Amino acid sequence: MLAFIIRRLAQSVLVMLFVALIAFVIFRYVGDPIASMVGVETRLEDQEIMRDRLGLNDPAVIQFLRFVGNAMQGEFGISYRLQQPVTELILSRLPATIELAFASAMIALVFGVVLGVFTALKPKSLLSGAVMSASLIGVSLPTFLIGIGLIYIFSVELGWLPSFGRGEVVDLGWWRTGLLTETGLKSLILPAITLSLFQLTLIMRLVRAEMLEVLRTEYIRFARARGLTQRAINFGHALKNTLVPVITITGLQLGSVIAFAIVTETVFQWPGVGSLFITSVQVVDVPVMAAYLMFIALVFVLINLVVDILYFVVDPRLRVDGGSSGK
Amino acid sequence: MTEPLLSVRGLTVEFPTRHGILTAVEDIDLDIMPGEVLGMVGESGAGKSMTGNAIIGLIEPPGRIARGEVLLKGQRIDNLPPDEMRAIRGRRIGMIFQDPLTSLNPLYRISDQLVETIRTHLPLSRDAALKRAIGLLDDVGIPDAARRIDDYPHQFSGGMRQRVVIALALCAEPDLVIADEPTTALDVSVQAQIIEVMKQLCAERGAAILLVTHDMGVIAETADRVAVMYAGRIAEIGPVRDVIKHAMHPYTAGLMGAIPRLGENLDRLSQIPGAMPRLSAIPQGCAFNPRCPRVMDRCRVDRPGLLEPVPGRRVACWLYPEEAQA
Repeated sequence: MLAFIIRRLAQSVLVMLFVALIAFVIFRYVGDPIASMVGVETRLEDQEIMRDRLGLNDPAVIQFLRFVGNAMQGEFGISYRLQQPVTELILSRLPATIELAFASAMIALVFGVVLGVFTALKPKSLLSGAVMSASLIGVSLPTFLIGIGLIYIFSVELGWLPSFGRGEVVDLGWWRTGLLTETGLKSLILPAITLSLFQLTLIMRLVRAEMLEVLRTEYIRFARARGLTQRAINFGHALKNTLVPVITITGLQLGSVIAFAIVTETVFQWPGVGSLFITSVQVVDVPVMAAYLMFIALVFVLINLVVDILYFVVDPRLRVDGGSSGK
Repeated sequence: MTEPLLSVRGLTVEFPTRHGILTAVEDIDLDIMPGEVLGMVGESGAGKSMTGNAIIGLIEPPGRIARGEVLLKGQRIDNLPPDEMRAIRGRRIGMIFQDPLTSLNPLYRISDQLVETIRTHLPLSRDAALKRAIGLLDDVGIPDAARRIDDYPHQFSGGMRQRVVIALALCAEPDLVIADEPTTALDVSVQAQIIEVMKQLCAERGAAILLVTHDMGVIAETADRVAVMYAGRIAEIGPVRDVIKHAMHPYTAGLMGAIPRLGENLDRLSQIPGAMPRLSAIPQGCAFNPRCPRVMDRCRVDRPGLLEPVPGRRVACWLYPEEAQA
């Protein structure tokens, strides 16, 4: 298992290096960094001096290595637009995005698994049919439309929940959270639901399909023949066996929840990393874009790693050590 | 005469399909005495497994028991509410399935599966249940049971897994074990051991066995009586020795003739011409009549019931005088 983790870590490093290359190419060759930094009245000689001082005249390989070296220290340069270190900017926006992503992942996971199990166990009930039909809406409607629809119902018409922003936040020094204030929690509800809906339906349909598959297996029949209770069979034996593929998808989806929170953050003006990225794109703030790319890649790589390790926890067949005989 | 442990009366299992109702098992009558081993043979699709599943109440919908009853020590069990039937499964009737590779949940330790089953049926503490589980594994012949019990199913070979399955079926000391082709998926060299373990353990506990198989050899060595099934009905039922030596039903005779014997030099094995009809196309009269070498006019019109021409032997065939019907 240790060998496996080391191998996966090495793979992760390779992936990160490749993403760094892309980020570097964008950073270096999309537009002229100097042109973005200086005003029209800066003299050409001064621009040359800056170019030299920033190392932009060095060979590309040296520049790339320098970029990677800096990135490893969390150094991505200065935002053109805000004149602040990019890392600081992203870190200040990160708590908002992570809280949002985490909340919606929780909603998606809890409701997705519960509804999936329910529709699998009672495939003929009216409620299951209703849930399955409703889930079609979840997969087919675009996120922004759902967001706007929710805003219209719960903010405009009913006036129950705020339509934008993050509410009051509490500064814990290294983390600004909206989870401790009432307005913060209220503000979280709509964007979290919006962001979770697609994942929720996906997880639900996956759990349902897997569960139906597992319920047909011999070991479930044998569990019935042994007279185990319905609850032990459904929620012990069957559910545990559906979890392996569910873990994969959920893990990958958590990555995309963070990565694609962009749309939701824009609709709800949520002050997270996604909206920082959107505004950076508008003004071609290349360092922020490059850093964001690296950040999202890191998230995906880390989550994949965790998912792979979770397999070992759930499925004993993958643990190669400690077995005497096998097939 | 002692009361039978299990009585099946007129059992009929039907599957409604788009093209009408298929009758998988029709009008099955049989008794199993306490401690007896009843073999059940027949070709694939003859309804052997379906009969076993019907007895234990595990017919997959849309299949259903259309008629008949199943009595366990005189108590009717085919119409019990699901929860009461569940309490009987595993506790009073154990079941062994065909494929040990798929019968065990791959994600649970052997110990968990055993302890869970034991504690579902018996009021034991976890420790006591674990002790019992280790004892059971010992009994079914798993070496070093105390250490192996915490392994997962994939760490056992096929034969060892079937031993675990037997332990699971026996863990609450049932009165009857339904073994549905328990050795079909195993290597020939392991089959005899598994049958031996099963037979011995059931004998020690006084449990009866309903042994479903298509292997006449296994039946000959193991069973006290045998029921031969054809196209969802019992063709013949009687003591194993008698049925093998003097088959009464032409189908049974054909089956026996198809078994190769040592010391006999045949150019080719005899076989029964034709194939068993599909459930949707069972002929009128006796289901065996198109293949029967001794077919009579009556066989094409009337379906024979089970008669008892000789005490203890019953056969569904018009060759035997009707007045012998009990």
